[in-house]
Amino acid sequence: MALLEAVGLTKKFGGLVANQDVTLKIDKGSITAVIGPNGAGKTTFFNMITGFYEPNEGEILLNGKSIKGLRPDQIASRGITRTFQNIRLFKQMTALENVMVGVHSRLSAGIMGILFNTKRVREEEEKARVEAYQLMEYVGIAHIANEAAGSLPYGLQRRLEIARALATNPQIILLDEPAAGMNPRETVEMTEFIRLLKKELDLTIILIEHDMKLVMGLSEYIHVLDYGRKIAEGSPEQIRNNPSVIEAYLGKSASEVS
Amino acid sequence: MANLALKSFKGIPLVVTLIWIAACASALHFLDKSVIAFLGILTSIVLIYYTNTSKLIKLVIGAAVLIIIIPLVAGENRYYMEVASQVGIYVAMALGLNIVVGFAGLLDLGYVAFFAAGAYAYAIFSTSQANEFIAGNLFPLSGDWFWPFLIVGLIVAAIFGVLLGLPVLRVKGDYLAIVTLGFGEIIRIVFNNLDKPINITNGPQGITPIPAPELFGIKMGTPFYFYFIVLFVIAFIVLANIRFEHSRLGRAWVAIREDELAAQSMGISLLNTKLAAFATGASFAGVVGVIFAAKQTFIDPTSFTLMESIGILVMVILGGSGSIPGVILGAAFVTLLQVQLLKEFSNFLHSLQQSGMINLPNQLDPSKFQRLIFGIMLIFVALYRPNGLIPAKRKTNDIDAIKASPFGRGKLGILSKLSQSSSGKQS
Repeated sequence: MALLEAVGLTKKFGGLVANQDVTLKIDKGSITAVIGPNGAGKTTFFNMITGFYEPNEGEILLNGKSIKGLRPDQIASRGITRTFQNIRLFKQMTALENVMVGVHSRLSAGIMGILFNTKRVREEEEKARVEAYQLMEYVGIAHIANEAAGSLPYGLQRRLEIARALATNPQIILLDEPAAGMNPRETVEMTEFIRLLKKELDLTIILIEHDMKLVMGLSEYIHVLDYGRKIAEGSPEQIRNNPSVIEAYLGKSASEVS
Repeated sequence: MANLALKSFKGIPLVVTLIWIAACASALHFLDKSVIAFLGILTSIVLIYYTNTSKLIKLVIGAAVLIIIIPLVAGENRYYMEVASQVGIYVAMALGLNIVVGFAGLLDLGYVAFFAAGAYAYAIFSTSQANEFIAGNLFPLSGDWFWPFLIVGLIVAAIFGVLLGLPVLRVKGDYLAIVTLGFGEIIRIVFNNLDKPINITNGPQGITPIPAPELFGIKMGTPFYFYFIVLFVIAFIVLANIRFEHSRLGRAWVAIREDELAAQSMGISLLNTKLAAFATGASFAGVVGVIFAAKQTFIDPTSFTLMESIGILVMVILGGSGSIPGVILGAAFVTLLQVQLLKEFSNFLHSLQQSGMINLPNQLDPSKFQRLIFGIMLIFVALYRPNGLIPAKRKTNDIDAIKASPFGRGKLGILSKLSQSSSGKQS
């Protein structure tokens, strides 16, 4: 059974149909890419999965159970996490604290516990700190643990965002353009890193990306959106040769030429 | 250049601080009613904060100044203790608002409503006012009830905070500011009009005489006692602020302030977290409200106007939003300016005028320029210290302690999958 299923998702903003009847299945432990030209509705799709937009029609199933209509924080604690296209870190907090925020929903300290600084709260905090630090080590940015997140260079911010997302202990991670703004060498590193995430942490990865080299090299399955509709799906090989995909990207004449 | 000088600045030597405290204390003791010496001794708290020594020593000296030296040298002078406890009341309120505005980033312009809730809670039940709507002639309560009412005020204000927060927190940013402003005014007007059909608040006439606190038969009605009560409450609020700041809840507040979307996708419930901030901030104002009512012995709705809310917000922003020492400094500074500096300055000008040295028209009385001076001060702060007098900074974590932690022996969270799937591969 598919881990995550979207059935007939439609999202309209007034007269604009951002997503129209999008149906797709994500298998557990797969790396799936969602691609499409600018404005195809990829990020809208992500926002529906993570609860930021409620779909006008359709259903979202996680392990066969509907998660449609849940708030983003509820969806996050059910194991779906994400990164953002334009990095959204908590800039004034230290890098370590950013990752600790990710642990939030697995901590239980209440107002009274914090006020009286109970043993349980202290232990929980220490554990969260250690976990956050381990994640930073894993992602390879432990050396900047105490720096303000906003002052980090771009590449490290991307990694920090992934570490923060991992801290929620997800089953599925949605990466919105993880390699945007990176140079070719950094892109290769990111590709390797995503592959490692899948292999070592048993994660299911869904990504939006414009860098076709990364998409073709990394993903096992690809869904293509154009003007809010799904126009194709298949393995990288199939997508590469699909005439309607080429048409969506390059225009009609291009697909005739090829 | 200025930055360079600041970086090499390690702190004031301990000796200088101690000499300063000794000099001001003896000046205050031997010279009669010297305002400058009194301000000097209050300033010494700032000096202690910047002194180059260990935290524990700073804490001990600070406590000694507040608990022993100030009451000792200024204790007999009603006026000084009055000023000091007034400063304390505003410090406590500003620290409460700091949770809402500074940590959680929720611009609340109706904060004084919670203060009013606490004040009225004590005022109504400690005077015969409550007999108007509760049968049995049980009231007024004695001053002994002041102490439990500190908790009652806290709870009442927290409930107000939640009730107000539920509708209000659906909007954010500027809209939140306007809506809270409206709610703050509504509460004041409700208190103003709740003398009919059932007389609950006695309307614009206000409630009096509110009894002073009593402990073991001692009436604690003088500023001297209130100074200690306020000090005790501040200690509690500062401790709470410090604990919250670096807790699960405090991180969630700051996360929401920094980026609501990202905070939500990390599993933080916006409504619950914001309500917690509102209720916590409100409850502190409630406690202070009870003290305020007991200290004034009379309250009416005019003590809880929008200007009060704005005044407290100014203290938070001026001192450094989100910074605990900053907010304390901001509140102390603004209150002193309001109740002492401007008043003293206009008294001074008046005495000059009476002796015929200058001719000062009444309109130019400096105490009438409070708002103007606040405005100018805020402009300068915005220009030169946009993050406040003492900007907030997040505590850095001790990495060595993390590495040494016993929890670090195994992999935690999602990384625990590492040891299962590929044991031995990870170095």
